[in-house]
Amino acid sequence: MSHNTLFDKVWDLHKVVSLPGGSDQIFIGLHLIHEVTSPQAFEALKDKNLKVKFPSRTVATVDHIVPTDNQSRPFKDDLAEQMINTLEKNCIKHKIKFYNIGSGNQGIVHVVAPELGLTQPGMTIACGDSHTSTHGAFGSIAFGIGTSQVRDVLASQTIAMNKLKVRQIWCENTLSNGVYAKDLVLHIINQLGVKAGVGYAYEFAGPAISELSMEERMTICNMSIEGGARCGYINPDEKTFIYIKDRLHSPQNINWNKAVEWWESLKSDENSTFDDVIKFDASRVEPTVTWGITPGQSIGINQKIPSLKEIHPNDQFIAGEAYEYMGFEPGQTIKDTPIDVCFIGSCTNGRLSDLRVAASILENQKVAPNLKAFVVPGSEKVAKEAKGEGLDKIFIKAGFQWREPGCSMCLAMNSDKLIGNQVSASSSNRNFKGRQGSPSGRTLLMSPAMVAAAAIAGKVSDVREFIKK
Amino acid sequence: MKDNFQPPLGKISKIAGKSISLIGDDIDTDRIIPARFLKCVNFDYLAKSVFADDRKNLKGMHPFDLKSNEESSILIVNSNFGCGSSREHAPQALMRWGIKAIIGESFAEIFYSNCIAIGIPCYTLSKELIKKIQHHKSEHNLFLEIDIAKSEVKSDLLTVNLGIKESAKNMFLSGKWDATSTLLENTNLIDKKMNDLPYLKFNNKYF
Repeated sequence: MSHNTLFDKVWDLHKVVSLPGGSDQIFIGLHLIHEVTSPQAFEALKDKNLKVKFPSRTVATVDHIVPTDNQSRPFKDDLAEQMINTLEKNCIKHKIKFYNIGSGNQGIVHVVAPELGLTQPGMTIACGDSHTSTHGAFGSIAFGIGTSQVRDVLASQTIAMNKLKVRQIWCENTLSNGVYAKDLVLHIINQLGVKAGVGYAYEFAGPAISELSMEERMTICNMSIEGGARCGYINPDEKTFIYIKDRLHSPQNINWNKAVEWWESLKSDENSTFDDVIKFDASRVEPTVTWGITPGQSIGINQKIPSLKEIHPNDQFIAGEAYEYMGFEPGQTIKDTPIDVCFIGSCTNGRLSDLRVAASILENQKVAPNLKAFVVPGSEKVAKEAKGEGLDKIFIKAGFQWREPGCSMCLAMNSDKLIGNQVSASSSNRNFKGRQGSPSGRTLLMSPAMVAAAAIAGKVSDVREFIKK
Repeated sequence: MKDNFQPPLGKISKIAGKSISLIGDDIDTDRIIPARFLKCVNFDYLAKSVFADDRKNLKGMHPFDLKSNEESSILIVNSNFGCGSSREHAPQALMRWGIKAIIGESFAEIFYSNCIAIGIPCYTLSKELIKKIQHHKSEHNLFLEIDIAKSEVKSDLLTVNLGIKESAKNMFLSGKWDATSTLLENTNLIDKKMNDLPYLKFNNKYF
């Protein structure tokens, strides 16, 4: 059993009571909601004649269904319009703060909450979205919940949950040039498998993690769930505090020092114990690309797609399915795979630093002919700041479409979809069958820099050959 | 048309029904219910869209389309079932199709808790025994009886113990798997937490 880790401290602090049967009732410090998983929860409250217990602890934005080309209301898609409309009404009725389109603070919920200073160390954060693990980058304990639990949080500000075990993932050394947080987390998931994290919170630590910026740390924690871990976190440090300072909802004036002092005390102790520890050498990670239909099926850019013999017996069934669906042969290289669509965006890699690195590769370059490339900033704030730096012009000049903020083709709930069996190079988080909107569409996950390189070459490429000396 | 569907209510002590086998590891919630069907403000019409893309690709040969599986209610799956998105639409769609319990090698965590929250017990069983059930050949689908208190499944083929979290088992037996009312019993303690948490003191009220 883990002791004195940040996870233990935050869990114990938020534990309301032990429930009969072994689960704990956990107080949720910050509840984030969006249009897809909340309407049924509000409906359930109505059915039970309950109200929202602490409206000030829930914050809403709209991201999954928003169009990224034309956001004027009503939306062209009636169902999308109905969903945003329902969220607007629910927020007004229950006095919940809603960052709507045009507020300057709308965007993907996991991009927006940190930007606003809502996400802070030591909080429990829940949202009806599996990528809530993102917020763990700040040393909060953050996890995705389903709609019934959204209802529970609205009604009681608590949920029933079994305490997780804690696995420390220690990353030695630092990432080499042209290798990014996305590559590291894809590598970790590949090595541990997509279900190794079930029942665990992942603590990411070590020199390679300390070295990462807050936005890169968010990329790592974001994908914890792809390794099966509902929650991933990083101990807060000076970088965390600098990021949070002076944001809209961060502690101000005299409270700032109190906050920092408390945040410091939350870090996993020197003598903390973990349920288990796994070590990685970050310097050995290469630019990494998925070749299959789970985020665990990835290889280094210069490696070959593994044969069944090279795959663990437990993973052979899904590997067989992946070869067939993706149209790849075992032993084939991933490099030079032709690409139809390039997508830069999502809660994994749709932040300013992601756009900056992609733009640095695209500057004075052109997207390959017959390739559709588009960039979807993670939030209105990201879009504004990127424009302020002229990044939009670099993307557009290179042949990318510059879109409005939202989840977009990460999950294709709006009109941004693959067609037929197109192959996408995508900076998002899931390469599941049909994930990007076409039942036969194929997704290759990679870093935004690698997507930019693929856009220029029209095929999967090693971004290190494109980085300006 | 709204499905003719009655959600489970109250105490659940036995679930009996025909099995339906779905073979495959890491079957994610995007496959169970593709994202385009999430464009809805209620769960009422999800039954027909369960596994929509997989069923389309298999042209009538998907287990959820086979005539022999009609009226089945106990789903037999393999490893890491329900991974990916937290969408409760996935178990809601399965439930509305007719699934009342799931037995598998292992489950993804959020999917598992979503199932419990809506009254679908999820049980674990060894790879070998799952395989035995999934590959059982007979004229009719295997009929299974699950005893919740004993965590046991009975059938002509085998009678074995099943794995389930103690907390989940107790919720079904007591009828308190719909957690809201249990959570609200501790209102005083919740209010105390709200007053005591350090960060709620140094954060100004948001709005």
